[in-house]
Amino acid sequence: MNAELTIKSAIRETLPTVFGYLGIGVAFGLVGHAAGLSPIIIFLMSAIIYGGSAQFITVSLLATSSPILSIIATTFLINSRMILLSLTIAPYFEHKSLTDNILIGTLLTDESFALGMNKLNYTDNQLNFPWLNTANLIAYLTWVMASLIGALLGNFIQNPARFGLDFAIVAMFIGLLYLQVIADKRLNYLLQVTVIGLTLGLTYLGLIIIPSSLLVLVVTIVGCILGVFFKKIWRH
Amino acid sequence: MSTFNYTILTILGCGLVTWLSRILPFILLKKFNLSETVLEYLSFVPIVIMSALWFSSLFTQHLGHLPTVNWPNLIASGPTLLSAILSKNLLVIVLVGVCSLGVIRLIAGN
Repeated sequence: MNAELTIKSAIRETLPTVFGYLGIGVAFGLVGHAAGLSPIIIFLMSAIIYGGSAQFITVSLLATSSPILSIIATTFLINSRMILLSLTIAPYFEHKSLTDNILIGTLLTDESFALGMNKLNYTDNQLNFPWLNTANLIAYLTWVMASLIGALLGNFIQNPARFGLDFAIVAMFIGLLYLQVIADKRLNYLLQVTVIGLTLGLTYLGLIIIPSSLLVLVVTIVGCILGVFFKKIWRH
Repeated sequence: MSTFNYTILTILGCGLVTWLSRILPFILLKKFNLSETVLEYLSFVPIVIMSALWFSSLFTQHLGHLPTVNWPNLIASGPTLLSAILSKNLLVIVLVGVCSLGVIRLIAGN
């Protein structure tokens, strides 16, 4: 990564992450197909909900014919971490038009968010519309196309888990996390490692009492509070 | 209601609530400013959310009981993290991760 905030640099920096989304997108298409959804429905789910891992839950609820409102509420809860992502990115676009803000928000996803956060370390804390919009668009198109490919491949592949494709997105987050830790200049290394360790503890304990649909959101809210707390202690 | 309508309505509803989660912070922040403390809080979001997404995949949940370790994912995380440190290249990291889990499942025979 470098300080350049252009469409070209966004394409160059987003392409490596495409494979993470490709893997999980294809896996989603395969799972949807196995649950009896048609390729067009799978395509529409990815294009309209654009919820990453949340869509796996939506599929399983659809397959059991759950009430519409309970599916919508569950999807909202799983995806409500998007509120935190948007809240973190939005200050960098405060001075831009409302339309630009809505466009950035509409296609923002974990992957482009993480890339954007990484980019800030190289650009003197700046982000702009062309760069993030391009990263967003690439992630979106990859997700939608990969889901469709998976749905069509579903006719030929019986047990998708066999190939380890479902690990693509976890591997991507491990990579993005490591790159973030070594690049982040706002938080020192020891503090970051401490917060990551605390997050592991919170996740473990959270799994006992918090339904998986809410786990990441609750852990993130509490983990960030602990982060602020430890930063204050170490400053004194 | 036909199955098709049921599915389409569900997708539209899920899409709407997810979209609102994405755009409302952008709209509200054009009207209000965030305090220094909130900004500091938000600076922890990237590492915490990415760690939480990773760590939650390392366990299998049994609500009300201790989670059990998801050994294949935990073992596959080793080479994945190592490849991150050595290559600093996302493409390499994802490929190593997928191949690691694929090999582990092949050996475990499921």
